[in-house]
Amino acid sequence: MLKKIKAEWFSNVRGDVLAGIVVALALIPEAIAFSIIAGVDPMVGLYASFLISVIIAFIGGRPGMISAATGAMALLMVPLVRDHGVEYLLAATILTGVIQVLFGVFKVAKVMKFIPRAVMIGFVNALAILIFMAQVPHFVGINNTTYIFVAITLAIVYIVPRFLKSVPAPLIALVLLTAVAIYSGFELRTVGDLGAITKSLPSFLIPDVPFSIETIMIVLPYSLALAIVGLLESLLTASIVDDMTGTGSDKNKESRGQGIANFVTGFFGGMAGCAMIGQSVINIKSGGRGRLSTLVSGVFLIFLIIVLGDLVVQIPMPVLVGIMIMVAIGTFDWSSFTYLKKAPRTDAAVMVLTVLIVVYTHDLSIGVIAGVLLSAIFFVAKISKIEVKKRMENATPRYSVEGQLFFASVEDFLEKFDYSIENENVIIDFTDAHVWDDSGVGAIDRVVLKFKENGNEVILEGLDSGSKKLVDKLAIFNSKNAKLPTH
Amino acid sequence: MYKKVLLAVDGSDHSIRAAKQAVKIAAPSPDAQVTIVFVADHANAKNEVLHSGSSMELDLKRRKKIQPIEETLAAGQVKYKVEILHGTPGPAIVEYANKEKFDILIIGSRGLNGLQEMVLGSVSHKVVKRANCPVLIVK
Repeated sequence: MLKKIKAEWFSNVRGDVLAGIVVALALIPEAIAFSIIAGVDPMVGLYASFLISVIIAFIGGRPGMISAATGAMALLMVPLVRDHGVEYLLAATILTGVIQVLFGVFKVAKVMKFIPRAVMIGFVNALAILIFMAQVPHFVGINNTTYIFVAITLAIVYIVPRFLKSVPAPLIALVLLTAVAIYSGFELRTVGDLGAITKSLPSFLIPDVPFSIETIMIVLPYSLALAIVGLLESLLTASIVDDMTGTGSDKNKESRGQGIANFVTGFFGGMAGCAMIGQSVINIKSGGRGRLSTLVSGVFLIFLIIVLGDLVVQIPMPVLVGIMIMVAIGTFDWSSFTYLKKAPRTDAAVMVLTVLIVVYTHDLSIGVIAGVLLSAIFFVAKISKIEVKKRMENATPRYSVEGQLFFASVEDFLEKFDYSIENENVIIDFTDAHVWDDSGVGAIDRVVLKFKENGNEVILEGLDSGSKKLVDKLAIFNSKNAKLPTH
Repeated sequence: MYKKVLLAVDGSDHSIRAAKQAVKIAAPSPDAQVTIVFVADHANAKNEVLHSGSSMELDLKRRKKIQPIEETLAAGQVKYKVEILHGTPGPAIVEYANKEKFDILIIGSRGLNGLQEMVLGSVSHKVVKRANCPVLIVK
């Protein structure tokens, strides 16, 4: 136990501390920008990023992964904050935590494998598009200086890393352009125009909402959506960190950890968050591996805010917009275009529909659920194709069944037989088939009984053991009084 | 004679050419062993994880990339083992080569032009500069 703690915390102190600092610097602009997306004060996102990082450092299931306030979560909160205010958002954050802890306890992480790749790709693409769309009102049609600042920010974040890798480029853009804006007096909107920065640590508070069923009914749909989306992004991020480090992680522990982190964050004035793909990648690339890196990122972030809070309000909005455009471009899965060409048509359709549904509803959770349902329907349609071939063997007809016999394929199955023959021995061969459910057995009953009506004898051959068990248990065609059901 | 040979590959045609040279170098000494090293690039991690159903599937995809190289070595009757590293290709190869103390490092050159090299950076150049063992770059 002690050995494990030592390995997870102190096996890479230098790398973890340095990477943690880099991540903290990269987190600040994002935490502020995501708060603005959600429609709350920057402090709500900054407190969330601080608290979630620190809590996850101790109880997360994936050392080296960075969790904080995220775009995916912020986008889900927009209508709740707009219609009911920030106190309801805090209540929703607490409830999100409870739901995620339950997900962890009931091992929902396992269910993740039922979410098809096409839906996950659609998810990240939709997220990228929504983050971009959320920036549009902050830079389109304000003034030319705004456009120029966005352009310079983009130039810095894409060109500087080619030459300088140790300092995050977004930070360079932030510091440089904030300084330019302060000294030049250009007319630009700043973070201060959209909210206030408090230079203090978060303190405990109970959200100021009425304790009633009505309140729960208001926040529950948001909490559910936040819990699902948060878990989805966290587990995807965990898989990416697993791959980058060549190590494994405990997904259920991560889910519980995310839940506890959100639960606590809600009581300290922070918004719900989850793991961040981009920041986790930065952490690992900068040499972060252990829990210490996650802790340092959170602590250093709040330290900077307390020390430099007065400067943060002077950050020009166009710089944040530029950084968010970079985040959107980095989030988008650019290989989706080759995926569209190469993947099976149904998968490509699921991906595109997931994106369209999210962009239309502005709700990532609806897109994911619709995508999963759609893939399930496509899957059933694909495997429900059943073939029945008829062959004559010494004047006895022999039917060979090929495929899966279950509720979705019974109708096709029933139509494949020629029931007009009389007084023959009919053989039905199930060697290449499998019977899955009582609808399948019912279909066999119907076929056998229909043949028997005309005085035929029916022999079933080649049922595999699973199918045979089901048929023996459920079929009625062997009992003497069996009649063809009339429905 | 070379005993510990490191062959750095990315699955491209260049690395197959490098593998052919590795056979020539390792085949004469009976106790030589070639270590094939493949770096799963951190820059592609998100994309690769997103496009594979599971970590098993991803591992299989990477193994498939190395397969033609394994075949080349097997055909040359050279003993080999495969090592998959995670990181940024240049530094990851250098770190591994210097830690394990190989007699020689063989790597294919992608043959980029000046501009591509400025933008992408040449892995083989970085390796030559920082590895502590002799390096053979195969064109």
